[in-house]
Amino acid sequence: MSIVGTRVVRVEDEKLITRGGTYVDDLREDALTGAVHAVFVRSPIAHARISGIDVEQARNAPGVVAVFTAADIDLEPAAAGPVREPYLAGDVVRYVGEAVALVLTEQRYQLADAAELVDVDYDPLDAVASVDAALAGDTLLFPEHGSNVVRVHGDRDFDDSVFDECEVVLTERILNQRVAPAPLEGRGASVAWGEDGRVTLWLSSQNAQQARTEIAEALGLEEDRVRVIAPDVGGGFGAKIGAAPEAVVLGWAARRAGRAVRWTESRSENLTGMTHGRAQQNIVTIGGKRDGTVLAYRLEVVQDAGAYPRALLLPTLTELMAPGVYRFPVVQTVSRAVVTTTTPIGAYRGAGRPEATAAVERAMDLFAAEIGMDPAEVRRANFIRPEEFPYTTPTGGAYDTGEYPAALDRVLAAAGYAELREEQRMRRAAGDPVALGLGIATYVEITGGDAGGESGRVDVHPDGSITVYTGSSPHGQGLATTFTMLVSDRLGVPPEKITVRHGDTDEIPRAIGTFGSRSLQLGGSAVRQAADEVLAQARELAADLLEAAPGDVELDAGSGVWQVRGAPGSATFGWGRIASESAEGVLSADVWFGEGRPTFPFGAHLAVVEVDTETGKVVVRRIVALDDAGPVLNPLAFDGQRHGGLGQGIAQALLEVMQYDQDGNPTTATLADYSFVTAPELPDFELVGMATPTTRNLLGVKGIGEAATIGSTPAVHNAVVDALAHRGVRHLDMPATPLRVWTALNEARKAD
Amino acid sequence: MRVSIEVNGATVAEEVPDRTLLVHYLRDNAGLTGTNIGCDTTSCGACTVLLDGESVKSCTVLAAQADGHEVTTVEGLATDEGLHPVQRAFRAQHGLQCGFCTPGMMLATVSLLQENPKPSRGEVRAALEGNLCRCTGYHNIVNAVIDASGQEVAQ
Amino acid sequence: MIPAKFAYRRAATVDEALALLAEHGDDAKLIAGGHSLLPLMKLRFAAPEVVVDIAPLTELKFVRLDGDEVVIGALSRYHDLQRDPVLAQHAPLLAHAAGTVGDPQVRHRGTIGGSLAHADAAADLPAVVLATGGTLVARGPSGERRIPAREFFLGPFTTPLEPDELLTEIRLPSRAGLGWAFEKFTRRAIDWAIVGVAVTGHAVGLINMGGTPLRATATERALAAGTPAAEAALLAAEDTAPPDEPHATPDYRRHLARVLTARALARAEAS
Repeated sequence: MSIVGTRVVRVEDEKLITRGGTYVDDLREDALTGAVHAVFVRSPIAHARISGIDVEQARNAPGVVAVFTAADIDLEPAAAGPVREPYLAGDVVRYVGEAVALVLTEQRYQLADAAELVDVDYDPLDAVASVDAALAGDTLLFPEHGSNVVRVHGDRDFDDSVFDECEVVLTERILNQRVAPAPLEGRGASVAWGEDGRVTLWLSSQNAQQARTEIAEALGLEEDRVRVIAPDVGGGFGAKIGAAPEAVVLGWAARRAGRAVRWTESRSENLTGMTHGRAQQNIVTIGGKRDGTVLAYRLEVVQDAGAYPRALLLPTLTELMAPGVYRFPVVQTVSRAVVTTTTPIGAYRGAGRPEATAAVERAMDLFAAEIGMDPAEVRRANFIRPEEFPYTTPTGGAYDTGEYPAALDRVLAAAGYAELREEQRMRRAAGDPVALGLGIATYVEITGGDAGGESGRVDVHPDGSITVYTGSSPHGQGLATTFTMLVSDRLGVPPEKITVRHGDTDEIPRAIGTFGSRSLQLGGSAVRQAADEVLAQARELAADLLEAAPGDVELDAGSGVWQVRGAPGSATFGWGRIASESAEGVLSADVWFGEGRPTFPFGAHLAVVEVDTETGKVVVRRIVALDDAGPVLNPLAFDGQRHGGLGQGIAQALLEVMQYDQDGNPTTATLADYSFVTAPELPDFELVGMATPTTRNLLGVKGIGEAATIGSTPAVHNAVVDALAHRGVRHLDMPATPLRVWTALNEARKAD
Repeated sequence: MRVSIEVNGATVAEEVPDRTLLVHYLRDNAGLTGTNIGCDTTSCGACTVLLDGESVKSCTVLAAQADGHEVTTVEGLATDEGLHPVQRAFRAQHGLQCGFCTPGMMLATVSLLQENPKPSRGEVRAALEGNLCRCTGYHNIVNAVIDASGQEVAQ
Repeated sequence: MIPAKFAYRRAATVDEALALLAEHGDDAKLIAGGHSLLPLMKLRFAAPEVVVDIAPLTELKFVRLDGDEVVIGALSRYHDLQRDPVLAQHAPLLAHAAGTVGDPQVRHRGTIGGSLAHADAAADLPAVVLATGGTLVARGPSGERRIPAREFFLGPFTTPLEPDELLTEIRLPSRAGLGWAFEKFTRRAIDWAIVGVAVTGHAVGLINMGGTPLRATATERALAAGTPAAEAALLAAEDTAPPDEPHATPDYRRHLARVLTARALARAEAS
């Protein structure tokens, strides 16, 4: 029986449970012996002109090796034009948490003492702490640019006649609030320059190779002069893609100071220094007929980019996925990105797609409520039908495969939807102050959307062991196990003889990395392709050894030996012997899987919530989730990804928000203030299975890393509104905090 | 000051600054990097260790306060007989992904099961309120604790 | 994040602790469990020059009955209180509330004396002790003095304790057999109370409804006058000044105080 598709415990775990991972701060490499410690001095003010920085006192503090400011740094920021992010702020700071100086000390405990002595004079400027303030444009972050709008995609001059035929047209502002990715391990880097002029950076990164390329360019080095190693990485969720500006500064500082440097940010630093996610203010307009058919849908996106635009493609992904799982005849989208005096926005689990799903799924519920139809029925009336695939949406989404009606049906059946609706009816009739709410979200998303391909290499050694090199860069996903299973299955070699390597640019110079749920479909396909090439090479060698035609030899997948087909009892050769027959002594295939096109996982989630209408508190009672990403290699890892996504998705609906006051001060900048989701706030997860393959890669798989995040947020959000619908609440913003729910109930009561 | 702590059964005695936090003592003086630091506000629980057998957040204990006491870290869980039941359960139930919260999560679990050997799922969730995980959504962590307690895990 | 430099001094007895306080005066801070002080020191909101560790004072770790009073050593940890059989009988409200403070790790370290001396209006035990009544015992260079609970919480993080004084005991009247309830409203279980209500008999303590823990005196007066609990609860927010925070406005807190007081009184009556 093949190992593929079975539940396999992870090869990663032994180390993690016995002595812990080796994260950047845990490294005890020789090259880092005697390294100095680094801390960034960060702006406590959202927007200000820097009139002076006095570092003298800090330089004279105990243990201080160097203090660097913008005046010291002779690196050109990457972007051109007026909207550029400096490595250290020199003239103006544009968000609380922006780095203005770097302090190096001999000992870790000297850092904070010295950093306190860096004296920065700030002349405050007006903060631009909201999208509305940015659009108003009274204060500009980059006056030379002339506007706070840094990107416009599409035309806002819409043709309104597309709604002419509609019996119902609704418009609503849907806020997709700013959240903190908050991987449990914050950012960290260690840097050591060699005597050969090469620099090695150990970086907590989702893709060492992209970081390598960015750092080399920033430091003015050839790529082969830079080695980046991602050791064990304590989560990323999109916020550890590439090299943060801090990594470049550290690389530069280590060279300037002539010392190895190590940096580990604090959590409070992380919550303002690491990119945030989401932060869209969207307006949806949905129009259709009272029979439930939607005729036109419009999505206007305003992306809060934070102080410096780092990820302007996010709103484009939102536009691409705007129509979701529906066959809307007309879809209109536009997006703008604005800068605000807040932490820059970057990718966060879903990165542009959750925002699209949240908008359209709220719109569908608003429409359903308006025409008095069950939200499940409205969705069924508008689904893209299975026979319509491949299907290209009006926004250009080239969907591969989908079974949207079946996904919803299975979830509703598993949850007992009809019974839940009946319970809701009875509780409402009885005047239960604890209101039951049911929320549906059906979604489709895009994975491997960058279509950039991935590297994979399989080496078979003369001892019969196998090393797999992958350009994917797992940081919790368990890909070492998954890729081991793939190769074991293909080559008939037991898992314990297979080692998976990743995250070192010297070993794997060419790669894209892990983000956008791309790793299995692209990285896995590359490994599969390399295994197939090894198989083909082995066939030739085996044929020679067996003195048979290549077409007459076969690999016995069970025992992992090559033999002549149909000749029982004849000679057999194992992988080690075959490898030693190869010209190099190692059988190797090094491939780039480049033809993988984006895939479109989909699913349906049902959330059941209870809302205490006296206090406003929401409790998630159940979440029933179907996430279809094609065939499953390791259900253990697959479901683990879904669980994590559900946790973060529910968190966004109910708990998490990075908040700023009017002056641009973050009010949730520690984990004591940021409502990071905890175990008591989540229910047990109920998972429903379905596997619809794609034809767009060798494995038939789609990505699963982000899917459940995307479905669960609007499911819970819809459930909260549904719970309050009979009391006149039509919409409320996320997160649905007790205060927000209480306020919405009060307003509905007043309006009544 | 000179601080002497019995860490995982072996005495570690070092001269350290008075302000040294226990977590740094463990990582830098005892050389045990399995204990991680995930926040600076006693919120995340990644640094949880056992102090005289009870879970504490080692970022909020001075090394000096642990002077003369016993500490158990993740490195001290397994014995010559093999993995601790909690370690086995976390692996079997996929109760970890990136692994960063895992040492603290496991030690919080050990402490919980000493105080409540057969917890319900709700009691497990309540008892882990001070340990954050960003990867698992906690579902499989709860499964792991139930498994480690010798109770059947509902699938 | 690490504290600013300080000198660590360990006291083996109460007298030693008092001597150290006398020696260092305002520059010194007592540390017991450290779960109020150390977080502040790590963020450098507090930077004492000397930290006097009183955690080893086992003489202050006890719960015992003294006539009709429960006497609790100031260094009793939350973890001890929530499991203590004497408290379970004579001060069940306190035992229960202690089990809701922070998380298990915090409860393994944090002490009742530390919580009371820190005097955070958002903390659980100050309001519980205020509602229960009784006396706090402090020792200083001039000996022992008793401070009624009602006179202990002077303002935000402010108590009558002098820098050279040490809180040693909490003496609570036995509430055996009296109805009680504790309603702690939080966003997440781990959070500080947005509002909390502690009821024992007809005494109502309020958490986070002002700069100090409060008694809902209007509610208590109404109850004493025979007003039904549900009606009396409507007065719970009178004379309060709740703080304004992004997730909890003063109006919302007042509303919560009324709702939670009604629930707590109903539960206390039923218990």
